[in-house]
Amino acid sequence: MAMNKIRGAFAVPRKGETFELRAGLVSQYAYERKESIQKTIMAMTLGKDVSALFPDVLKNIATSDLEQKKLVYLYLMNYAKSHPDLCILAVNTFVQDSEDPNPLIRALAIRTMGCIRVEKMVDYMEEPLRKTLRDESPYVRKTAAICVAKLFDLNAGMCLENGFLEMLQEMIGDPNPMVVANSVTALSEIHHTAPETKALQVTPNTLRKMLMALNECTEWGRVTILSTLAEYRTADVKESEHICERVAPQFQHANPSVVLAAVKTVFLHMKYVGPELAKTYLKKMAPPLVTLVSSAPEVQYVALRNIDLLLQKQPDILNKELRVFFCKYNDPPYVKFQKLEIMVRIANDRNVDQLLAELKEYALEVDMDFVRRAVRAIGQVAIKIESASEKCVNTLLDLINMKVNYVVQEAIVVIKDIFRKYPGYEGIIPTLCKCIDELEEPNARAALIWIVGEYAEKISNAGDILGSFVDGFNEEFAQTQLQILTAVVKLFLKRPDKAQGLVQRVLQAATAENDNPDVRDRAYIYWRLLSNTSDQNATKNIVLSEKPPIVTTISSLPPTLLEQLLQELSTLSSVYHKPPEQFVGQGRFGADAVQRAAIEEQIQNARENPLAAAAAAAAVSGSTPPAQAQNNVENLLDIDFDGGAPASAHTEPSGQMSGLEGLAGTPVRVQSPAVGAPAPQGSNNLDDLLGVFGDSGAAKPSAGPSNGGGTSDLMNGFSGLDLSGNASPAPAPPANNQPKKASEDILDLL
Amino acid sequence: MLSGILIFNQKGENLIFRAFRSDCRPRLADIFRIQVISNPQVRSPILTLGSTTFSHVKHENIYLVAVTKSNANAALVFEFLYRLIVLGRSYFGKFDEEAVKNNFVLIYELLDEILDFGYPQNTETDTLKMYITTEGVKSAIANSPTDSSRITMQATGALSWRRSDIKYRKNEAFVDVIEDVNLLMSATGTVLRADVNGQIVMRAYLSGTPECKFGLNDRLLLDNGESSGGNGSRGGFSGAAGKATRAAAGSVTLEDCQFHQCVKLGRFDSDRIISFVPPDGEFELMRYRATENVNLPFKVHPIVREIGTTKVEYSVAIKANYSAKLFATNVIVRIPTPLNTASTTERTSQGRAKYEPEHNNIVWKIPRFSGQSEFVLNAEATLTSMTHQKAWSRPPLSLSFSILMFTSSGLLVRYLKVFEKSNYSSVKWVRYMTRAGSYEIRF
Repeated sequence: MAMNKIRGAFAVPRKGETFELRAGLVSQYAYERKESIQKTIMAMTLGKDVSALFPDVLKNIATSDLEQKKLVYLYLMNYAKSHPDLCILAVNTFVQDSEDPNPLIRALAIRTMGCIRVEKMVDYMEEPLRKTLRDESPYVRKTAAICVAKLFDLNAGMCLENGFLEMLQEMIGDPNPMVVANSVTALSEIHHTAPETKALQVTPNTLRKMLMALNECTEWGRVTILSTLAEYRTADVKESEHICERVAPQFQHANPSVVLAAVKTVFLHMKYVGPELAKTYLKKMAPPLVTLVSSAPEVQYVALRNIDLLLQKQPDILNKELRVFFCKYNDPPYVKFQKLEIMVRIANDRNVDQLLAELKEYALEVDMDFVRRAVRAIGQVAIKIESASEKCVNTLLDLINMKVNYVVQEAIVVIKDIFRKYPGYEGIIPTLCKCIDELEEPNARAALIWIVGEYAEKISNAGDILGSFVDGFNEEFAQTQLQILTAVVKLFLKRPDKAQGLVQRVLQAATAENDNPDVRDRAYIYWRLLSNTSDQNATKNIVLSEKPPIVTTISSLPPTLLEQLLQELSTLSSVYHKPPEQFVGQGRFGADAVQRAAIEEQIQNARENPLAAAAAAAAVSGSTPPAQAQNNVENLLDIDFDGGAPASAHTEPSGQMSGLEGLAGTPVRVQSPAVGAPAPQGSNNLDDLLGVFGDSGAAKPSAGPSNGGGTSDLMNGFSGLDLSGNASPAPAPPANNQPKKASEDILDLL
Repeated sequence: MLSGILIFNQKGENLIFRAFRSDCRPRLADIFRIQVISNPQVRSPILTLGSTTFSHVKHENIYLVAVTKSNANAALVFEFLYRLIVLGRSYFGKFDEEAVKNNFVLIYELLDEILDFGYPQNTETDTLKMYITTEGVKSAIANSPTDSSRITMQATGALSWRRSDIKYRKNEAFVDVIEDVNLLMSATGTVLRADVNGQIVMRAYLSGTPECKFGLNDRLLLDNGESSGGNGSRGGFSGAAGKATRAAAGSVTLEDCQFHQCVKLGRFDSDRIISFVPPDGEFELMRYRATENVNLPFKVHPIVREIGTTKVEYSVAIKANYSAKLFATNVIVRIPTPLNTASTTERTSQGRAKYEPEHNNIVWKIPRFSGQSEFVLNAEATLTSMTHQKAWSRPPLSLSFSILMFTSSGLLVRYLKVFEKSNYSSVKWVRYMTRAGSYEIRF
């Protein structure tokens, strides 16, 4: 009695959806059973747990109705894990099906078996898999080939013991192109997850077979084969030539992913063939690349990101194609932003007029983000092409005269960069000064103040302008404060009579009333310098030293990273412009592993090169006033290599001053590279690892140089700073305690 | 590769969830819903969170999402999603939420067939339709072993797109040359960008395994032919006449061509001959791009004046540039109006104009537009006053139309030859059409 009661408690409910489904599944009528299976699958999709029906669904597995069989199999794949024991009941049917006269059923059986990820199932898979790999039907063989990869994933040991890998390798020689493609796919997957198996070794023989299959297999198969060919290191020039010759016709394929894969293969093998031949291939790949720009927006986006990479390596390939990159009004923003970057990259003195007219058009649109980028692009073009600089400046002035607030602000930031490259545009300063009231953003304000300070001797009312800023000194952002400080000191040095009072006021405000250590530090340095009476010119030499002109404001990837990314064309890595380790984990703990690796690298770096690390830490803490809230570790992880104005690139005025240069130099570095993003969204690298770049379309380009390339950038940052660190003996003493602190912080993080 | 395919409706309900690898967990559906569908900030089609990447495409009212865990081939993923849409459309007519809900069993079946362990397999609609069928047509053939072995041979073979035993009493082939002409014209009337995206669609009803050769007035081919001394089949041109004649005969420079997988790419690459064994029925044989000497069918001359802050005056003249024997149909001109337009008045010399407040457009429709004629629209938009005056961005004016027997690029089909063992004669038809791609005029 008691037993019955307990059993009753566990018994299945006699009503509700599950009950009805169960009733249907065991119905005596075939059509009712099938309908119930369909309903079960529907419930499964909606996220309801229908695993309780497992035994009842399983009863329907032996059927001649192919459609019903597929449904039951689908159910099995989903819930096999929760009922590993019951799965064994299905084994018989699977084995039987794998010998069915109908090849569709044989293939279905072997395909599904591989997807049932239950250890016990593995033992029963060996025989059917061996048979189907040798099946007479290519359809079954190609399915079985993939199944080997599934088995390897589940139980690598067994896969190796039974010689499935060897069988698969033989199948590269199969007469059927699709079987070849799938065998290559499976082998390449195994090879990538477990390189020690050496599953996919391309030999001259397999190379020949793959090239043969390339022209006949499905488009997706072609992508696999092409990717494999791209990874293959050829033995000699002949082989490279041969591969290029056979792959180049694939540029004409209708499927964009095949085209990109072919471009990748040819691009990578092109290095080894003669320069003449390489040139013809470069010429040949241009039209298909352009065609990619007219595909669906998402595909277009991937293509554009890849074109960006290719252009960094081969700037000339799309020289004549500027017009295809013109933005359409309805292009999604992520496509527009990318097109802008590419247009700037292919700008030259022949197409620059056209480009400027177009950029001006964009600057009149309403999407604020896009407009800013368009304005920035004008500045980049000005700095890139000297002959066009005047036209660019005029365009910018036109835009300023339109009096659209955010356009004016961006234009001023851009013009400041132009001043840093070309002298002789001082005439426009009065126009700029008129906009002073419109500037709200710290970046734009800082830029204008920098201009005023730099050209103080030529601006008659410089004192008044700066005076008004000094009045509101403590309401400004730190970034602007630093600029006001420097500008006033410059003005004082150039025209001591006019700015005596001003300089005292600003130094007072910066040292006594300001909480920001960076601002205070800089003010103290200036104060000391100014009160130094022994050498009158020392201050001038430091503050008014000749600054090297900037070379470019177009962000580029460091060469090593670029090389690495070119190997990854058309993958996610090429879209993010980041090496795969940075966003792809292996298995469940992937993200952690990456994070750990990154931190380990930091620690090692710090150990190997304490001076550099210290210099880096110092530089960072000095150079990112807006980000002071961040702690040191994050800064360390976030050091960027600013292509625009690397700290190490500052010429050192004289041996005596080099010590101070490091200190006075760093702040200069802050002001100048306003090119760098205005507080990049993903400034915390840890977040980055966890994937903050979600908003990649928007975040990436703006983040530009500052969170461009993670680890390798970081390395560059270190090496770049290393130079200046070594060159200046002065910062050595603080260096001793700095590295310890840095690594401690890193350890805290763990 | 792909770990799973998910389909959502606009509300974020998960309609299809098919995992291909064990690392695609059901909760990923929630993550996508929260991070993408209900996040208005999203501006990128790719989102990576941790080690999971979501790549999504929006079609009609559904989201198609591919989940990947590795450094997947992004181009392939998106192309595959678009192929899925093509498949869905050809199976259900329209691939939207309703179609997905009504056919979810079939969609699972399709996904099972076109992806194995996350690797795309055969996605050819015609082949798939032989053994994956909708409710109406029973999958009787797939159940008999002999038929299915034939099907599977075809699904994997070198000619995976064609059955071998096709028979027609009358052998016919229809070739449609369809061109989308793109134009971007500046406010001053200079052409910033003009190009043609063409496609050649063929409907082949041919018996057996026919080998087709297809010839266009492709400049490279014609020049090649000349340099190699010309071959007999094109005796029409005398060698001495040289390039001038060819130019007069109108050859076209194709910037780039892309072919259906049935075309032997190797042959095109070496001697620019398009040769292929066509699939049965309709397929897209090739796509091409041309940028030189583009014939613009319409010349538009807009004058737009903003009068104060309360009124905008339009005068749009449009002239047909093609021969008077031809005519365009369904010419639609979309003239943008400021966002704060209250009402409009329009007068047209032909067709009808209507204000569409939901799109901020005046839509001017001309059902039939014969060649060389010119029509004018005069309109006036009255604006409501705004507290915050914001400049009007003046989006470009756009056109849509279609013209039969006209190609903007000047492309012509010179011949289509069909060779088959049984040597039957076949009838070929060619049709040309030009449509507006993105035909935009700034003002």
